[in-house]
Amino acid sequence: METTVAEKYRTVIGLEFHVQLLTESKMFCRCSAQYAANPPNTVVCPVCLGLPGALPVINEKVIECIVMTGMALNCNIPEFAKFDRKNYPYPDLPKGYQISQYDLPFCVAGSLELDEEDGGRTIGITRVHQEEDTAKSTHVTAPSGERYSLVDFNRSGVPLMEVVTEPDVASPEEAAALGRKLRQIVRYLGISTGNMEDGAMRCDANISVWPADAPTGNIKVEVKNMNSFRAVERALFFEQERQTRILESGADTRVTETRGWVETTGETVSQRIKEAAHDYRYFPEPDLPPLQLTQDWIETVRASLPELPAAKKQRFMAEYDLSAYDAGLLTQSRDLAAYFEAASDRAKNAKAVANWMSRNLLRRLNESDTEITECRISPEALAEMITLIESGEISNRMAQEVFDQMFDTGKSAPAIVKEQGLAQISDESELEGIVAQVIAENPAAVQDFNQGKKRAIGFLVGQVMKATRGKANPGIVNQKLQEQLRQS
Amino acid sequence: MNLNALTIHQAQDLLRRGEISSLQLTEAVLAQIESLDESIHAFVTVTAAEARAQAQAADARLAQDGVAAPPLLGIPAAIKDVVSTKGVRTTCSSRMLEDYVPPYDATVMEKLNAQGIVLVGKTNMDEFAMGSSTEHSAFFTTRNPWDRERVPGGSSGGSAAAVAADQAIFALGSDTGGSIRQPAALCGVVGMKPTYGRVSRYGLVAFASSLDQIGPFTKDVTDCAIVLEAICGHDPRDATSAPNPVPNWPEALKQDVRGLRLGVPREYFGAGIDPEVEQAVRTAIDQLAGLGVAVEDVSLPHTDHALATYYIIAPAEASANLARYDGIRYGYAAQDAETMWDAYSRTRGQGFGSEVKRRILVGTHALSSGYYDAYYLKAQKVRTLIAADFQEAFERVDAIVCPTSATVAFKIGERIDDPISMYLSDLYTLPGNVAGLPGVSQPCGLVQGLPVGLQFIGKPYDESTLLRLAYAYEQVSGKSYKPALSQGAPH
Repeated sequence: METTVAEKYRTVIGLEFHVQLLTESKMFCRCSAQYAANPPNTVVCPVCLGLPGALPVINEKVIECIVMTGMALNCNIPEFAKFDRKNYPYPDLPKGYQISQYDLPFCVAGSLELDEEDGGRTIGITRVHQEEDTAKSTHVTAPSGERYSLVDFNRSGVPLMEVVTEPDVASPEEAAALGRKLRQIVRYLGISTGNMEDGAMRCDANISVWPADAPTGNIKVEVKNMNSFRAVERALFFEQERQTRILESGADTRVTETRGWVETTGETVSQRIKEAAHDYRYFPEPDLPPLQLTQDWIETVRASLPELPAAKKQRFMAEYDLSAYDAGLLTQSRDLAAYFEAASDRAKNAKAVANWMSRNLLRRLNESDTEITECRISPEALAEMITLIESGEISNRMAQEVFDQMFDTGKSAPAIVKEQGLAQISDESELEGIVAQVIAENPAAVQDFNQGKKRAIGFLVGQVMKATRGKANPGIVNQKLQEQLRQS
Repeated sequence: MNLNALTIHQAQDLLRRGEISSLQLTEAVLAQIESLDESIHAFVTVTAAEARAQAQAADARLAQDGVAAPPLLGIPAAIKDVVSTKGVRTTCSSRMLEDYVPPYDATVMEKLNAQGIVLVGKTNMDEFAMGSSTEHSAFFTTRNPWDRERVPGGSSGGSAAAVAADQAIFALGSDTGGSIRQPAALCGVVGMKPTYGRVSRYGLVAFASSLDQIGPFTKDVTDCAIVLEAICGHDPRDATSAPNPVPNWPEALKQDVRGLRLGVPREYFGAGIDPEVEQAVRTAIDQLAGLGVAVEDVSLPHTDHALATYYIIAPAEASANLARYDGIRYGYAAQDAETMWDAYSRTRGQGFGSEVKRRILVGTHALSSGYYDAYYLKAQKVRTLIAADFQEAFERVDAIVCPTSATVAFKIGERIDDPISMYLSDLYTLPGNVAGLPGVSQPCGLVQGLPVGLQFIGKPYDESTLLRLAYAYEQVSGKSYKPALSQGAPH
């Protein structure tokens, strides 16, 4: 059998994520880390401007955030860590070096397991380390044609966490899934918004394609400028195809380079050819003594970790008897999971809560671009509505209507039912009268039924529903129809 | 009496008794600067107007506080132009920062200002503190008040000369490889480099971060203790600043030295030392022995490697520390550049002097991939051996005594074209920086009419013992060292 192009090659991807941490102050000074809303160059001080004589002081909260992430990614947390200077000149780097971590980062040798639906593979995490963000450059062309750059130092020194994976990622889909998984973890930990769109989370990818039966060579392409996980997937797919075409052509003309993803054209374009590895001349940061993390401190941080998505999903499946799919859906975020648990505790019917959330609530939230925390239906209100269904006070069908009104107005289910007279009619004598009337008014259907067309009963049920504006209890209607038709 | 010739403790006494005012004292100091600095060139910036205002404020506070006034209230001081002073330009004697006015005060300035000092000006230095003579200042060379054909030492030569010439009651300098102690020795004043970590480096423009330390220049040992106490202490803005408590040094220095053990390192009396300098130092040691100090020989076997170690570590750190001078946010910016990289190279090419460029190149090389292990990493390892030498010696002795410099002040131009001979000026001081130890230099005689420096090196955070020894020697020698301060022809 002939091998397909896809089978002939394998793709090697390694990812680097930069995650902005949600600390109050910057990494090495007391300036606010919430810089974005402020006018340019107003959230600055001698330290983050790199003025002569200014010195960095470590924000300990940042170390806690990074160590928590490392623990969530099953990393080893060495007791000894240090900071290094990464030297390179650029106008957005006020000191001419970035304080980073080189050979002794806070977290090493971890892993992240992907969900079953994403292939379920385990991807190695090389390291998680700290560095400081740069200032923001804006390149401007004036109407006169003059070109210049503006630098805003508000972002300078904002804490960044870098997560580096092993080159274990085998497809663009897997890369995107891994990114989403990491985003979910940092959000669970409450240490970052994880938003790709505004740069709070950034992803660079190294990708290379090789013949399936040959060893991995030393050419790799770094892809940048991807502002969503969808873009990560598309860019890597484009790059996979591009490299495969080159290999198929018979002459491997690829070079190690940096390519930028262009969202509008759906292509990557070469930005910089790497002649040789850049020499950053790393050396230990003399302004910051090395850090000795005590076992006690490490264990305190470990004890403060919240339940993580994977564990929560497993628990939801076991404790609430949910499917893997529903459990995954409801543990997407901590807030969503908390909503589910609050509603289930009240409703005593976790499955019904899960169904209402996955089929209705998530759809409505999505359509209206609303966060679960801003949802007008409280978990208690959802539970109350489900209780009304179970007690037979409203039908499932009516509940749809009630739910939508609850979502739109924030009113409680009993209030809506009462206001609009939506309570289900379960009173047998009342229904017997309506059934009798429907039978009397629809002789043709009755005849059909008597002649063996048993499906005609559906029509008659519909007529009862129509007469009661949907409020009739369908079980009782069916039962009464059967009885009266047999008698007729 | 010339008020500007007073020591801190003398002036303090007169101020508190209301016999003189800070304004009078300040005027005397400013007059001395006015009449002498044309020929000494100690100052890059003189802040006469601000000084008078500060003096008046000090007088008002003195009237209120009386004897409760802080020890430095109303005392005129000169500050090396490497210490950030809010609103007063801080040039590092470099074209790069010629017009740079810091928006903040260094921690030491906050401490001194809280006491109410009077800042009379900022002093000349080798550019970015790189040098041993002030000849590497981008502006001018400071003259030694003892002989104006000779250098004052460096890099804090301006501060040393200012104190020697009574152009300030005291001064601050910074010491990375001897930059306080060597000029103190060459100008005949007291200069101390405290233990690394004693004084906050926040606001000290960095040369070599793991070696730099701020310290005082004073006219006697008592003053040294007073200033030291004022500037030391933990600073949360400097992660390398030590939490150790600050002793009452003005009290501690008077303690008897009988029974202290003093080590004489044989490696510091080898080839290259001027025999007359050695003689002066040995005489001083004998006088201390006469006070009941036990003197013995010690060995610091890795001394030979200190210079090489220093000249890898210091330039390596400097190469990164000076990367920030790109002309974008502050400082000199070349105006004739077309592209960003062009702007970088022109700004730095034009803004830095040759010695600074030499050290940036050496440091960049030492950190480069492929050379890092052979140079920087090796130097860090040797650094621990040098520190271990001292540690071992300190198991037997309480302090080490040696010359501060192998020679007296050399002639201007004599070593400027030979970096190695210039670097050798710091042979006896830079091991102390490499090991992070405190050291004090004080005058102990004259050779050919020029002062000789006596140095004590101590255990980490044991400035007390150094001050006791220095004070005891000062008392027993009974000499004071003052240059003949004729006005001289302007240079």
